[in-house]
Amino acid sequence: MSFTDILLMMFGAILIENFIFSKFYGCCPFLGVSDKPANALGMGMAVTFVISLSCAVTWAVYTFLLEPFGLDYLRTIAFILVIAALVQFIEMFLRKFVPALYNSLGIYLPLITTNCAVLSSTLLIIENNYNFIESVCFGFAAGLGFTLAIVVFAGVRARLETAHPPRAFRGFPITLVAAGLLAMAFSAFSGVSFG
Amino acid sequence: MDWLDILLPVGIFAGLGLVFGVLLAIASKVFFVKTEESVAAITEVLPGANCGGCGYAGCAQLAQAIADGKAPVTACNAGGPDTAKKIAEILGVEVGEMPTRMRAQVMCSGTDDYAKQKYIYAGVQDCIAAAKLGGGDRVCPNGCTGLGTCVKACKFEAISVVNGVAVVDYKKCEGCGACVNACPKHIIKLIPYNSEHWVGCMSVDKGPVTRKYCDVGCIACKICEKACPEQAITVNDFKASIDYAKCIGCGICVEKCPRHIIWSAEVQNNSLIITRVKKDKEQSE
Repeated sequence: MSFTDILLMMFGAILIENFIFSKFYGCCPFLGVSDKPANALGMGMAVTFVISLSCAVTWAVYTFLLEPFGLDYLRTIAFILVIAALVQFIEMFLRKFVPALYNSLGIYLPLITTNCAVLSSTLLIIENNYNFIESVCFGFAAGLGFTLAIVVFAGVRARLETAHPPRAFRGFPITLVAAGLLAMAFSAFSGVSFG
Repeated sequence: MDWLDILLPVGIFAGLGLVFGVLLAIASKVFFVKTEESVAAITEVLPGANCGGCGYAGCAQLAQAIADGKAPVTACNAGGPDTAKKIAEILGVEVGEMPTRMRAQVMCSGTDDYAKQKYIYAGVQDCIAAAKLGGGDRVCPNGCTGLGTCVKACKFEAISVVNGVAVVDYKKCEGCGACVNACPKHIIKLIPYNSEHWVGCMSVDKGPVTRKYCDVGCIACKICEKACPEQAITVNDFKASIDYAKCIGCGICVEKCPRHIIWSAEVQNNSLIITRVKKDKEQSE
């Protein structure tokens, strides 16, 4: 795979196959932490970091440990183990060096452990037979796509705060409607092809 | 069935778990953050509403400040004396003098029935936004906009808008002052919980002007000032205000006020009963 191919693959992961808007992975933090753009950006960065790192580590675990011993049927469990350990590690790291971000992420940081965006990206890498560089790039792009989606949506929600929709739609329902509309906008990218 | 098929995965996973466990154990030593026990204990006894009434971002930050000695143990308005006592116990210090319990009071009587409207507002449902559009839809520059910015600011769900004016529920109000900071009109004040009388108007316009746009606005006639036996009422900037320290609760001003905007509160069965003498016309209704 050439450099151009990697760029195209990353572009696809960010826009065309955006984890949130076309695959609906990672909806919990997407709806939970998107109330303020600053927090959303922090969450996006944390997820990007975790996905990139876990893609690298799971690729290594799969290639050097699971595949040679014919244990690829256990990859889901192995990856969950890896991701959980990584998130713990990042939590300690943030608490020590970026306490402000640690405080603003709150409960959502441990929740990255069970964020399916992370697990699915590691599994997709195996499915697509990516090599190490491609894996890390794919993970990074997937994280960027998540960040893009959550930051854009935080902007939308800032406007929703002061809107006055019908009573039945107030709060969460109107948020979900807005998320749906945004997903529809992103679906326009699915027509992009690289011939 | 080969035994190795079972033992190998078990062995590999145990090994993986062990490696991660050891790495995390090392990391927890390297990235160790010292949290003082007292901070955690103080955070525990604080109300946890993160109302911001103390001036800190949230309860955790206040706990840190109290533990560092930057804030007094009585800093939490919402928690009151009980919380202060618990915090003092944790830190092993004396409580000292408690600040008086406060409550938020919306200093406006101009409900939709009394205060005239300037225009019909249909924009963003927020007082700050409305205040930027010609000072809001009420003619009175110091009247309640009634769009509920204070309702959203209140972490204790104590405020509701009734008939165009915000009303505080004193069973729920903790006196944190979040609404005072939120109100763009600055018409919410913290007053001592036991205050018996207050003037429900913040208008600083001259009498004839106020009279034109509100049936219950202070016209600065100074009748209350003269009637008060304790000189607790003063009229400044065309609006009367009561010095709560001097007020003895005789109620003479309530009777004398021609606009009937001096409110009264009375403690009955541990709850505050709030009344306003209304005009003859209204009473008959």
